[in-house]
Amino acid sequence: MAMTDIERLPYDVVVIGAGGSGLRAAIEARQAGKKTAIISKSLFGKAHTVMAEGGCAASMGNANPNDNWQVHFRDTMRGGKFLNNWRMAELHAKEAPDRVWELEAWGALFDRTKEGKISQRNFGGHEYPRLAHVGDRTGLEIIRTLQQRVVALQQQDAVEHGDPEAMIKVFAETTVTRLILDAGRIAGAFGYVRGTGQFLLFEAPAVVLATGGIGKSYKVTSNSWEYTGDGHALALLAGASLLNMEFVQLHPTGMIWPPSVKGILVTESVRGDGGVLRNSEGKRFMFNYVPDVFRAQYAETEDEADRWYTDPDHNRRPPELLPRDEVARSINSEVKAGRGTEHGGVFLDIASRRPADYILQRLPSMYHQFKELADVDITKEPMEIGPTCHYVMGGVEVDPDTQAASVPGLYAAGEVSGGMHGSNRLGGNSLSDLLVFGRRAGQAASEHVDSVSGARPAVGQAALDEAVTEALAPLERSGGENPYEVHAALQQLMTDQVGLIRNEGELQSALSELEKLRARVAQVSVEGGRAYNPGWHLAQDLRNMMLVSDCVAQSALERQESRGGHTREDYPEMSPTWRQVNLVCTVRGEDQVALARQPMIPMRGDLLGLFEVNELKKYLTEGELAGVSAGSAAAPEETR
Amino acid sequence: MSYKAALRVWRGDDGQGELADYTVEVNDGEVVLDVLHRLQATQAGDLAIRWNCKAGKCGSCSMEINGRPGLACMTRMSTFEPAETLTITPLRTFPVIRDLVTDVSFNYAKAREIPSFTPDPSIGLGEFRMQQVDVQRSQEFRKCIECYLCQNTCHVIRDHPENEREFAGPRFLMRIAELEMHPADEADRREIAQDDFGLGLCNITKCCTEVCPENIKITDNALIPLKERVVGRKYDPLTWLGSKIGRRPQHDTPAVPARKA
Ligand SMILES: Cc1cc2nc3c(=O)[nH]c(=O)nc-3n(C[C@H](O)[C@H](O)[C@H](O)COP(=O)(O)OP(=O)(O)OC[C@H]3O[C@@H](n4cnc5c(N)ncnc54)[C@H](O)[C@@H]3O)c2cc1C
Ligand code: SF4
Ligand code: SF4
Ligand code: FES
Repeated sequence: MAMTDIERLPYDVVVIGAGGSGLRAAIEARQAGKKTAIISKSLFGKAHTVMAEGGCAASMGNANPNDNWQVHFRDTMRGGKFLNNWRMAELHAKEAPDRVWELEAWGALFDRTKEGKISQRNFGGHEYPRLAHVGDRTGLEIIRTLQQRVVALQQQDAVEHGDPEAMIKVFAETTVTRLILDAGRIAGAFGYVRGTGQFLLFEAPAVVLATGGIGKSYKVTSNSWEYTGDGHALALLAGASLLNMEFVQLHPTGMIWPPSVKGILVTESVRGDGGVLRNSEGKRFMFNYVPDVFRAQYAETEDEADRWYTDPDHNRRPPELLPRDEVARSINSEVKAGRGTEHGGVFLDIASRRPADYILQRLPSMYHQFKELADVDITKEPMEIGPTCHYVMGGVEVDPDTQAASVPGLYAAGEVSGGMHGSNRLGGNSLSDLLVFGRRAGQAASEHVDSVSGARPAVGQAALDEAVTEALAPLERSGGENPYEVHAALQQLMTDQVGLIRNEGELQSALSELEKLRARVAQVSVEGGRAYNPGWHLAQDLRNMMLVSDCVAQSALERQESRGGHTREDYPEMSPTWRQVNLVCTVRGEDQVALARQPMIPMRGDLLGLFEVNELKKYLTEGELAGVSAGSAAAPEETR
Repeated sequence: MSYKAALRVWRGDDGQGELADYTVEVNDGEVVLDVLHRLQATQAGDLAIRWNCKAGKCGSCSMEINGRPGLACMTRMSTFEPAETLTITPLRTFPVIRDLVTDVSFNYAKAREIPSFTPDPSIGLGEFRMQQVDVQRSQEFRKCIECYLCQNTCHVIRDHPENEREFAGPRFLMRIAELEMHPADEADRREIAQDDFGLGLCNITKCCTEVCPENIKITDNALIPLKERVVGRKYDPLTWLGSKIGRRPQHDTPAVPARKA
């Protein structure tokens, strides 16, 4: 194979990503009769979606008949502190039930209610039991079902066309490094096969980004190696914009010891089932951290908090069950005050509070996880935990109905897209997001293909040559820096200075450190050849992590308020005027991130009318509130 | 506490390669995958390894550690003596792509030959009604993370590539069992399980069950019951009709051709 041999592959729709959103988009495109490629960095069926545990939120009303899309919509907006793209939150709430039921028709086996319907469980921020689930492996069930649906379509094609891959083909272990444009429109995607290093050019007028998140820019994360923000960077480099990248969710309870497991998630249910947080002095410190807005709902004494578990009607909730961002910040303050554990976290204790058989029955996988990986018996000892980088709310700015980015032919769905979750995502709302917007993106991409059928964009030689040169550069340099070391430096920087608690000084320092790192990234060189060479792969991913980190840091510096997944110690309040502002990043040239403020589109009157005015007062400006009474008088558009 | 471990890691690509010796630092509580990552970051930047979740959930990091097939992310270093040399090799049943990464496409090809879930097409969205007791059996098999450790271990194909054409392996025989036990499935795969997927070659040694990281009782709960159903179908179709009575087609759904017929 010559160094620059490129295999050309003509397709209608190219989906980058084989997680829940990518597979759902690809299924939709193939069902619309489009020749579809699915590209994935890892093997088919192993994308991040496989790791999701808790469940998939959809207001099917199986557990509580009072649930409906309006309630789900309200919960989602509250969770996101009203910064959500409200149209996406609306579509999501309305369509999630159908998307879950559809999985059932494709063979998924969710846990059942007594009536034989899909069982639904309680989760933080959801008013009613709403999460469809399979034990604590819901993501596995969803990805496997979608994978098997792709296979079922391929079997139909085998019969019809004599080739199972005639209409939908999976390119596993293949990485896309560039989107290629023709006169500002999508013309294709360039990448390499990880196993061989072979270059591929997908020639297609429509590309759906479904590449997931960015957690690998941080040192402590629940995310895998795949989460290097590739889709975010591909979009930027193609001329599209990223929305509100400052919002990064840190889950309060990740494992911290031993080092091998640092960042792995410890489910919220531990606290729901009676677990409490203690500092190194053995004190239940969360009582000191209840913010004024929540004071009415949370217990002030341990006795009251403990009574809540058996009598929630007459007692207030334990403060350990405050929203994720509040708990994560409190843990951080305790550690900073010198009351942390030996390994820099706090204790999550259920052993002293519940009998062993209860723990084993309620939390089997947590028992297993700590026993196998940490040698800790959670029925006898407390767990050591600390915040872990979990999810990015920010992402590619898209049209809420079609998931179209600003570049014609480009779509984004799932974690890589922005807007849906506002400043903070509720548990369970990601899996449903993947299904709802994956389908919409696949549909819109197919329609786009029809609209260009006469004059398809073409890939020019110059763009292709540049992509090849860029990909080969780290192999051709020698004596440069080790990509693993540069990556570790970036992770340390982002964790230390653009982490949970931010301030102007640190953010400014982070930006200048990023500038220095950029020079180091440009000098990275790798040993070995092109066949399955993780060093080479990482060297290419560094470009993406740098761009994304720059966007996160710049947006975090710009937004002078604290909201959801963005906490500024120098601006600790949530500000109604900042709620009206979206921060949008684009890239000039190859690596200059430019930031702009963009007004938030006011929420439709019938949706505003779903809230009490008193609640809206916490979020909206005086000016906005003046218009509310008129809005809420309008009858809701739809009541289903 | 930390110490230096001696590692012998298989390096090379299909056909050619050798065990390379390394000395790598090991810290408290680490798993084999951590040590391989440290080796990669400090001494062998191009060492090929597959992994994703680091928590036993994705089934990517299957390899053989001192000859024992297992997940590198769930194998703790403390299960070995510090003085012991660890030999780490790729899965033996599948062709090596590079270093510890193997070509597992055999599995994806088999998956595509098994007739898919076939529900009654008249059931509308949200209208499925299934009881927990009825879905539980198939749910156990759907815990499978497709690590292919069972496929790698089963002696029918481990050293017998010639059997690969007619034997789907425990993971995919279990997939057939899963669909057969799915309360809403209407196809019949019992005959093809035997004739096209090689159920008869399995002599219930349970080696697959022993390596399964998900602790699925592959042999007892999937393969043996499937064998019983096949016998029922072959000799007395009335002995096993179960919940599917009245809806069973007369003949098996045919296996799906891998390529142009
Ligand atoms: C431990 C854990 C538990 C969670 N639990 C829940 C839960 O209970 N409920 C919930 O709703 N959410 C949960 N989440 C969040 C949720 O799982 C993710 O947000 C979601 O799965 C993301 O799906 P996706 O389709 O956007 O991308 P992913 O599933 O991450 O897929 C991304 C795909 O893109 C591919 N890709 C990336 N870059 C490239 C490239 N350059 N070229 C080619 N391919 C590329 C990858 O290979 C992969 O196939 C959890 C997350 C974690 C980490
Ligand atoms: S029980 Fe059957 S499938 Fe499993 S290892 Fe033995 S022969 Fe193979
Ligand atoms: S059945 Fe068990 S061993 Fe086999 S592939 Fe599935 S998880 Fe792995
Ligand atoms: S990395 Fe996922 S199972 Fe080991």
